[in-house]
Amino acid sequence: MIFVEARSETHWYHEWVAVFVALSLTVVTASILLAVMGLEPVSSLQRIFIRPLNSVYGVSELVAKATPLITIGVALALGFRAGVWNIGAEGQLVMGGLCGGAVALGFWGIDGFWVMPLVLLGGSLGGLLWGAIPAFLKVRFNANEILVSLMLTYVAILLLSVMVHGPLRDPDGFNFPESRLLHEAATLPKLFPAGRGHFGFIFAIFFALLGTWIVKRWHLGFEMRVTGLSLNAARFAGYSRDRTIWTALLIGGAVSGFAGVVEVTGNIGQLVPNISPSYGFTAIIVAFLARLHPMAVIPAGLLVALSYLAGEAAQLSLGIPAASTQVFQGLLLFFLLGTSLLVNYRVRFGRAT
Amino acid sequence: MRGLTKYFGDFAANRGVDLSVDQGEIHALLGENGAGKSTLVKMVYGVLRPDSGDMELHSEPHSPDDPSHAKRAGVGMVFQHFAVFDALTVLENIALGLEGRYPGAELAADILELCERYGLHVELSRRVHDLGAGERQRVEIIRALMQDPRLLILDEPTSVLTPQETEQLFATLGRLSDEGRSIIYISHKLEEVRVLCDRATLMRAGKIIDVVDPRQESTRSLGEKMIGERLKDTKRSKVKKSSDSKPRLTVRVGDVYPDSIRSVALSDLYLSVAPGSILGISGVAGNGQDTLFDVLSGEVTLPNPDSIMLDDTPIGRMGVEQRRILGLLGAPENRLGHAAVPDLTLWENIILTARHTRGILKNKHLISGPAAKGFADEVIQTFDVRTSSVNAKASSLSGGNLQKFLIGRELLGNPKVFIVSNPTWGVDAKAQLFIHEMLIKMADAGASIVMISQDIDELLSVSDRICAICHGRLSRTYPTEETTPDYLGALMLGQEVES
Amino acid sequence: MDYGLLSSILHAVLVASTPLVFAGLGALIQERAGVLNLGIEGLMIVGALAGFATALSGFPILISIIAAALAGALLASIFALLVLRLYANPVATGLALTLFGLGLSALAGAQYVGQAAPQVDAWNIPILSHLPIAGHALFSHDPLVYLSISLAVLMWWFITKSRAGLILRAVGENHSAAHALGFSVTRIRFLAIITGGALAGIGGSYLTLVQTPLFVEGMTAGRGWIALALVVFASWRPLRVIVGAYLFGSVSIIQLHGQALGVSVASQWLSMLPYLVTIGALVIIAGRGNFSHKAPGSLGVTFRESK
Repeated sequence: MIFVEARSETHWYHEWVAVFVALSLTVVTASILLAVMGLEPVSSLQRIFIRPLNSVYGVSELVAKATPLITIGVALALGFRAGVWNIGAEGQLVMGGLCGGAVALGFWGIDGFWVMPLVLLGGSLGGLLWGAIPAFLKVRFNANEILVSLMLTYVAILLLSVMVHGPLRDPDGFNFPESRLLHEAATLPKLFPAGRGHFGFIFAIFFALLGTWIVKRWHLGFEMRVTGLSLNAARFAGYSRDRTIWTALLIGGAVSGFAGVVEVTGNIGQLVPNISPSYGFTAIIVAFLARLHPMAVIPAGLLVALSYLAGEAAQLSLGIPAASTQVFQGLLLFFLLGTSLLVNYRVRFGRAT
Repeated sequence: MRGLTKYFGDFAANRGVDLSVDQGEIHALLGENGAGKSTLVKMVYGVLRPDSGDMELHSEPHSPDDPSHAKRAGVGMVFQHFAVFDALTVLENIALGLEGRYPGAELAADILELCERYGLHVELSRRVHDLGAGERQRVEIIRALMQDPRLLILDEPTSVLTPQETEQLFATLGRLSDEGRSIIYISHKLEEVRVLCDRATLMRAGKIIDVVDPRQESTRSLGEKMIGERLKDTKRSKVKKSSDSKPRLTVRVGDVYPDSIRSVALSDLYLSVAPGSILGISGVAGNGQDTLFDVLSGEVTLPNPDSIMLDDTPIGRMGVEQRRILGLLGAPENRLGHAAVPDLTLWENIILTARHTRGILKNKHLISGPAAKGFADEVIQTFDVRTSSVNAKASSLSGGNLQKFLIGRELLGNPKVFIVSNPTWGVDAKAQLFIHEMLIKMADAGASIVMISQDIDELLSVSDRICAICHGRLSRTYPTEETTPDYLGALMLGQEVES
Repeated sequence: MDYGLLSSILHAVLVASTPLVFAGLGALIQERAGVLNLGIEGLMIVGALAGFATALSGFPILISIIAAALAGALLASIFALLVLRLYANPVATGLALTLFGLGLSALAGAQYVGQAAPQVDAWNIPILSHLPIAGHALFSHDPLVYLSISLAVLMWWFITKSRAGLILRAVGENHSAAHALGFSVTRIRFLAIITGGALAGIGGSYLTLVQTPLFVEGMTAGRGWIALALVVFASWRPLRVIVGAYLFGSVSIIQLHGQALGVSVASQWLSMLPYLVTIGALVIIAGRGNFSHKAPGSLGVTFRESK
């Protein structure tokens, strides 16, 4: 008889084992899928996962894609620990890109070291505002933050579209729905000679470190965690559920907004209707892959970014659509969720006492 | 029932219980909390299976695997905690408890007919959310009666009822017994049992003490049977306190209405505790103890700051943290999920309540892991907590050890006032003794302690003064050594005691 | 006013709304049981592909629709396993389901790019379909439109007027009490999830068997999320899902034909309306104490069987 028994102490290596098992299962399943499609698994996997990293361009692209994933992933990890489900990070990213981009365009042509910080601040505030709405509605009306933040995502994307088609459109741009190219003072420097890897990655690492520190040392991080685990105990400890909700969503919003403006100023260089291939949603997977540990978000983000590259490589060299990368991401998340039971419980054989 | 025995781990909830109920008889099961009454009837209803012994219902062997078997055999039960659905109507709620019935006109007619027969009254189209406790119970009773039970079990039915509702209930039960149905009536309350029941079985610590005719007994006689020798055993060595020593904690507030509809409101709340004194508050669960604890600890704040005075400071409006800083600490009844977070380690749980001491929280915002771990270690050493390390999860500790840890967490903070609820519930004898000694030591060192408990033994051995809480009101307080079997019997049997 | 255009537009509204009705009902039945399934989008697109591939292979349309339902149910069972048995986080699992469904359908659907599947023929209801305007708009549709309405009515009847529906509601309201009364919460939720998955799958197949004869990756374009919003908008009642779906459907059509209808506002503002209205609904519904409009009490709460 197989049964599960709760562990008395969980060490970090239990988490790593779970992740390793999940990764292995994913690779195995992906191999099977490839084989079923008539492709040789090992060489195919090598072609789509290893090859893209063999050039500076490849690494640069990896870094570029990982930047928003890590940035938002950290903020979401903090929020999820608190039991606040910010599914609308994508919308906050878009708002951040929109607001920051608008600030950049407002200062178009004006140079000065102070332009960039203002632009970044503008983006963060835009995202913050977008996160404040579900926070307010949850605290005041007990409205479900999953659905509110999700609905706002669509609103944000539509707002961006309106702006880019109208007020923010490049006057010299042949009526294309895109803004002017941002001037240099409002652009983040690139990190590599090739590819789009940019300075935003440094910010991402910084956020991961900050997030780790918050979780381990800052009392606010602890407070959020307790609230996510047990509302009654949190109340007994003197913690406020409302404060936790606000904190989680404001951080989530501001950081996602930051990621958005970084995308616009570092990666894309202008405002266009589509500034994100669902980074805000994919960051959710990154957060879970990292098992909600901010430091682990870095490798998790890089791995998921790699899966984006793998998707593109798969399209080029294997002839399968890029969207197939979502199969990998979905599978990985499935297995992760399935193995998460292993972290808190030990599998035993025999009779239950 | 013959020789029914049930163990939970090492703990014997029932030991060799023999009991018989005649047809048409209303039979009471009397005893204090933890005597084993609920466990016994759960075996009759199929919720639990006995480890040994057997049962017969109408001369047929009775050993249900689960409640639906028991129901089919003709046993009905009304639990203390109602399994009702707030968002659904009364009719729907009743239908759910019956097999294969649909909440339509036909069922409604059948229910109304039953209500007529037994003098019950309920509105079928109302949502249960809008109903009070008495009406909810009526829904449960109707549900049970609709199954035409030959034996009906009621577990502490009147703990949430008003006197009028109680009268109605008794009238219904009378009619049932006239029809030849048998009733097992679990209760603490002697006056009720005297009015209603034909026979009463007294239980204590899992065993039957006696079977009596309640009408022939008095509070005193029953109290003596149940207390036995215990009254002579009050162990508290009293450090002589000057009787005019100024109270440290005074609570004076009119009515307290808690947020949740399930919590009991308090009325005319007054209590005071002197330094070095232990006040014991006894009472049957569900009479306002939780609300009282929350009011004292600060989870519920009062509009008037003067309603609670700690020495000379008005703390009525202060929250939990502020009261802690002033030296008022507490240990609630629920360990996992209130006093501690099950999945956090012991040292992390320290942070919850002790963060303002011993440098655990630096600069108001930074957590010092070493300081927290150091304190956790101190608690473990001082209170002899059996655990692997400070990194063990709270959920991995046994009940007794966790309780030692949690109480130690507070006591090592040198509280001026310590509020504790059911400190040794579910704790093994050795740990219980230890905790009691620690409490007494604290008091001797000058702390004021308020101990809410359902364990009469504990109250007798630890407190200086004793009172009772019933329906949200506190009774008159007596010094422990002056308590009489009458008074204690009343306390144990949950009688309304004058304020 | 061009009545021919009006009639066409109304017809188009029904076509646009029907997948939402199916998906909305699919989400609704799960939520009434207390399960929040964010994977509706993935279920829909898998159904779209399954229906498409089956029709393309020459099977009758009915078989194709059944295939779509089966595909949705099968994928939903993975969700059920993770959430009900392994106690996985429902939010994350739902998202994984969406991702996986989108990716799998893209992968498996690549071979069908550019191919056209046979479409469902319209059933012109005798007599009624000859009415002016309404005849074309309402009574000359494919059978799935009528099926969607019938299913909504059937679900309404099931939930409010049957004992099984009552038990479903009980599980969704208070799974602890339901368990205490002897109902198998896990089994009932499993059935709800499978059924919901099947309905979402059928909704997806409508896209490839009626709306467009092609399969394109990601063609559900967020309809699954709208279906979730729909359920809230409809206060968890099946008949209102029809109303909500048609509202959302109208907006998308008006957005397309905006200029022809003389609407001068930029289409994006119009498109925002359904989402904003849903947020408004969420606020009003959550705040009100009236139980008939509230979310099921155990929605999204993991049930752990304890003896």
